[in-house]
Amino acid sequence: MNKLKSLLSLFLTMFKIGLFTFGGGYAMIAIIERELVEKKGVLNKDEYLDIISIAESTPGPIAVNTATFIGYKSGGFFGSVFATLGVVLPSFIIIFIISIFFRAFLSIKVVAYAFKGIEVAVAFIILTAGIKLFNGIKKTPFNIVLMALTVVSVITCSVFAISFSSIYYILIGGFIGIVFYIIAFIREKKFEKKNNDNGGNK
Amino acid sequence: MPLLLDLFLTFLKIGAISFGGGYGMISVLKDEVLKKGWLTYHELMNFIAVSESTPGPIAINMATFIGYFKGYSLFGTVLGGFLGALIATCAVVLPAFIIMLIIVSLIKNLLKFKGVQAFLSGVRPVVIGLIIATGLSMILAVIFGITKISGGFSFDFKSLIIITIIFIVWLTYKLIKKKNISPILLIVISAPLGIVFYGLL
Repeated sequence: MNKLKSLLSLFLTMFKIGLFTFGGGYAMIAIIERELVEKKGVLNKDEYLDIISIAESTPGPIAVNTATFIGYKSGGFFGSVFATLGVVLPSFIIIFIISIFFRAFLSIKVVAYAFKGIEVAVAFIILTAGIKLFNGIKKTPFNIVLMALTVVSVITCSVFAISFSSIYYILIGGFIGIVFYIIAFIREKKFEKKNNDNGGNK
Repeated sequence: MPLLLDLFLTFLKIGAISFGGGYGMISVLKDEVLKKGWLTYHELMNFIAVSESTPGPIAINMATFIGYFKGYSLFGTVLGGFLGALIATCAVVLPAFIIMLIIVSLIKNLLKFKGVQAFLSGVRPVVIGLIIATGLSMILAVIFGITKISGGFSFDFKSLIIITIIFIVWLTYKLIKKKNISPILLIVISAPLGIVFYGLL
């Protein structure tokens, strides 16, 4: 009975977080800190920082990653199910209701004009989000070259109507990361061997 | 039925491969959805705007939205829309849920493996490149009407003015408040601009 109560409380907390966070995962992380670290003490500060770095390095919505992690920590498998449902449900309900009326809403002339303006803002928002992320990473030649190559190749492909899915870019990026790691590893080994040999001659 | 399966598998794929939060997801989703002809370019932009201005993760909002429209177009009822929304949302959540469960319960140091780190070190700059490219190509599309070279181009002077105004607002806010203006505020500002430039002028 107690367990059910704690699962329910977890669900409600995550529901609240899902309901009141605008602007995606990063905004959500700040609210999670306030609700779960400061108010409820479900997590300590180290665990919280751990979660952020894990959520950023795993695919999928950051909110879902975080909810699953927190849910498991505080209630095992069922905890993670309740927490994830809690964080997803508000979005689902709100968008479902909007979807029902959206086409009719868009057929209003004024709304359609408003959305033509909004379209411009969306393009701008996505570009600035990308630039902001770029400012956040280390400016190594590897990062800059890989990023620039992606931008040039995506734009070129889209202008010439060559279909090449973003999924392939991501996989190729990961592959290049691994290849570079292996090359660095082999070089290091050779270097070590050389040093050892030199040491042996003396 | 195959459409529902396609919907599930597509969003499963998107959920499994989209690194870098909501914007990373948009660049992957854009390809998939436009290629399959599930949405027109304008519908996609509208959906992103709504997903951005409603609470919750962008990825979930987009999945629910597109799922509803596919389900509705298949069955012609709100219930069909509900089914589509449910399928797409579950699919987009599932990979993140499973991967996190594995990390938290079985392989606690999965992300500390050198191979995984090497993979992520290559993925990160590519995802950022994808987001920037998505933003740039959207700007090309709204201002010049360029989506592909064979499609010709039509210069849209009004959207050029709107983007200039948005840029000035963004820059002023950044200079005065020393931080980025919230995307929702930009959307709220751009709506009356759209009404004035496209409706009244």
